[in-house]
Amino acid sequence: MQDAKSRFSISREGTVSRKGARKCPPASGPGFQAQTLYFTPGPGAAAAADAPRGPQALLQPPCLPVFWDDIFRRPPERVTEAFTLFCLKDLSQERACGWLKVVGMRQGTMFARGLKRKSAEDGEDVEGGLAGTQATPSYSLQRQSLLDMSLVKLQLCHMLVEPNLCRSVLIANTVRQIQEEMTQDGTWRVLAPQAAGRAPLDRLVSTEILCRSVREQEGERPAADVGDGRTPGLVPGLSAVPSAQALRSPQSSLWEVDSSRENRGGFQKSLDQIFETLESKTPGSVEELFSDVDSSYYDLDAVLTGMVGSTQSGHGSGLQAFTAAATPPPGSSCRSDLGELDHAVEILVET
Amino acid sequence: MERELETRLRAWMEGRAESRWLEKCQWELAEPHPETTQLESVRADIISTVEFNHTGELLATGDKGGRVVIFQREPESKNAPHSQGEYDVYSTFQSHEPEFDYLKSLEIEEKINKIKWLPQQNAAHSLLSTNDKTIKLWKITERDKRPEGYNLKDEEGKLKDLSTVTSLQVPVLKPMDLMVEVSPRRVFANGHTYHINSISVNSDCETYMSADDLRINLWHLAITDRSFNIVDIKPANMEDLTEVITASEFHPHHCNLFVYSSSKGSLRLCDMRAAALCDKHSKLFEEPEDPSNRSFFSEIISSVSDVKFSHSGRYMLTRDYLTVKVWDLNMEARPIETYQVHDYLRSKLCSLYENDCIFDKFECAWNGSDSVIMTGAYNNFFRMFDRNTKRDVTLEASRESSKPRAVLKPRRVCVGGKRRRDDISVDSLDFTKKILHTAWHPAENIIAIAATNNLYIFQDKVNSEMH
Repeated sequence: MQDAKSRFSISREGTVSRKGARKCPPASGPGFQAQTLYFTPGPGAAAAADAPRGPQALLQPPCLPVFWDDIFRRPPERVTEAFTLFCLKDLSQERACGWLKVVGMRQGTMFARGLKRKSAEDGEDVEGGLAGTQATPSYSLQRQSLLDMSLVKLQLCHMLVEPNLCRSVLIANTVRQIQEEMTQDGTWRVLAPQAAGRAPLDRLVSTEILCRSVREQEGERPAADVGDGRTPGLVPGLSAVPSAQALRSPQSSLWEVDSSRENRGGFQKSLDQIFETLESKTPGSVEELFSDVDSSYYDLDAVLTGMVGSTQSGHGSGLQAFTAAATPPPGSSCRSDLGELDHAVEILVET
Repeated sequence: MERELETRLRAWMEGRAESRWLEKCQWELAEPHPETTQLESVRADIISTVEFNHTGELLATGDKGGRVVIFQREPESKNAPHSQGEYDVYSTFQSHEPEFDYLKSLEIEEKINKIKWLPQQNAAHSLLSTNDKTIKLWKITERDKRPEGYNLKDEEGKLKDLSTVTSLQVPVLKPMDLMVEVSPRRVFANGHTYHINSISVNSDCETYMSADDLRINLWHLAITDRSFNIVDIKPANMEDLTEVITASEFHPHHCNLFVYSSSKGSLRLCDMRAAALCDKHSKLFEEPEDPSNRSFFSEIISSVSDVKFSHSGRYMLTRDYLTVKVWDLNMEARPIETYQVHDYLRSKLCSLYENDCIFDKFECAWNGSDSVIMTGAYNNFFRMFDRNTKRDVTLEASRESSKPRAVLKPRRVCVGGKRRRDDISVDSLDFTKKILHTAWHPAENIIAIAATNNLYIFQDKVNSEMH
């Protein structure tokens, strides 16, 4: 465990460096980028309440020991899109002596509330909740991984025994909640529902949409992910998601060309279909879902191994292969499908 | 001893919370499950429900394999003072078998979801046991005498040669080894489309209700081919489904009142006199959400997993993922008491969602005098909260404490900071060892704890009477 408190100093030039750290470019560590420092000479809280007026005459002494923790434990004085202002206090004299302007502060939170310190390597990864800022990159990442996880859970719940309705409802509500928030943020790409009728291919496609929209969201945010290496770390132990996505990526790439079919149905519709099958009494629909979703995975696996070389043959044949797999004879083949389901589950969860 | 009793009585009468009962309590193991040693690794033996009967003489457990095991308390005898009040196996029977629903092509699990005893009306005992779809009424009778001296049959039951019969005799009843016979008297089938999560016997002893995810049915104990639907929350369009029923119970004294809980954390008290279909509640108990604690998991952890009326009938006890709450039937706005069961899990909700532990349904229990409440947690821990002294204790049901007469030691989970020697840290909790089912003897301080496939029965020898 790193020492909780470390001093940093403010030099004459107005740069901030952590005491004891190796000489690094001024005020730029992995934790933050402090651009400029404003100093307001003068005692007392009254001075602290003043807006900073720009670089002033340098302070004496030239280096002020200030504790890192103290700054980031207190709520910031002012938060704007461009920067955040923290008030620096001279602990020895118990008075405000300056301001720290921080721009581009990076965060990594696990739905944390409040401020929490986390030390990484030599620098300090400051975790903090800037009041009011929700759509920071890592929060969206967290939300996205939660969405992925929930969708996988919903998919995996059609097994041999009838799924637990309470669990499915709770997961679906969570997904809806994320969806609403993402819609408000503007990060949710709403797929226009098409008016097409209920073709048998529909279910197959709309399930694919479920996966596809998830992958698209991830693709939209490369900046946060590149070089981060945190995606697997954020969802430790969840092998289902990467493997499921690995399965879906060839699937989606096969269907990428057919854009009109992709937009049929939507996320909401897939969710509804899941519920309908959960409650439906007609044998056909349940088996359809079984056959469409799960045995298609099985077939996907078989097809992919044979089709690796033949992807160039075009999406048409690939789609036809899936269509054929999507409509097995109902009833009698269900029992054999159950065995294939086991296989499919194994593939999905890599157990 | 007498002085202690006196002071405690006085304190109780004066209403002061000085009894410090929980601290003085010494829970010791009464009788471990006799079959634990051999069958621990067999998955079918995971205990899925535990229930004392109305006198506490019998304890029924149901397991995942559809079996019901009934324990009986040995009567206290002067000859063997140490074996007083211990539970031995009384009867074992297969209640439900696995089935296959051909229409939906889905298996129906034989796991016993709930067992409820009927009030005893004659020498026989009766209980209701249910799996996901079918409820069965079992009658348990004892036979300890058999007739001997038939005229037409000999001892083995073969017909006698009539020529050898020279005189008539009257058959006499002779004592025999006790034999417990269990027979299914009623099978209440095809009443539910969804999975039955709870059953509750009415105080009128004639009817009972069964609740699944979306509907509650009222049955008469003698009629198996008909049931009345009294609650139906299924939306016209299943796409609009956002809430399910999680538990339900009849009021212990008022045969027209019952309560059911939902996955959104609300409780609805319904009066059957108001309408035939009790979709409209008489009272809605709901606590407003705490906005500072809001997260994506707020709804999931607010889902009520169990609801129990107090013995007095004035209060209700609910269990959601992190807390137990006591509600007063006269106050709908918020619970009168809230106890944190394992608040240290609040920061781990994401991982618990990932491994599905967040959907675990813990049960809760009152003691006979409604002064202490109990519920289970992870790592084979279970918690008790004294409502009067506001003290709580964490105990562990484990092999270490399975030596008879060993007194349970209170456990502690440390969150960070100072750590005492025997503390368990949050990160080393075993989430596969969960105590979902607990039961408290209706009159005495005897508790039954189901830890996966082990049953622990603990007694408080120091304070055996409830107060």
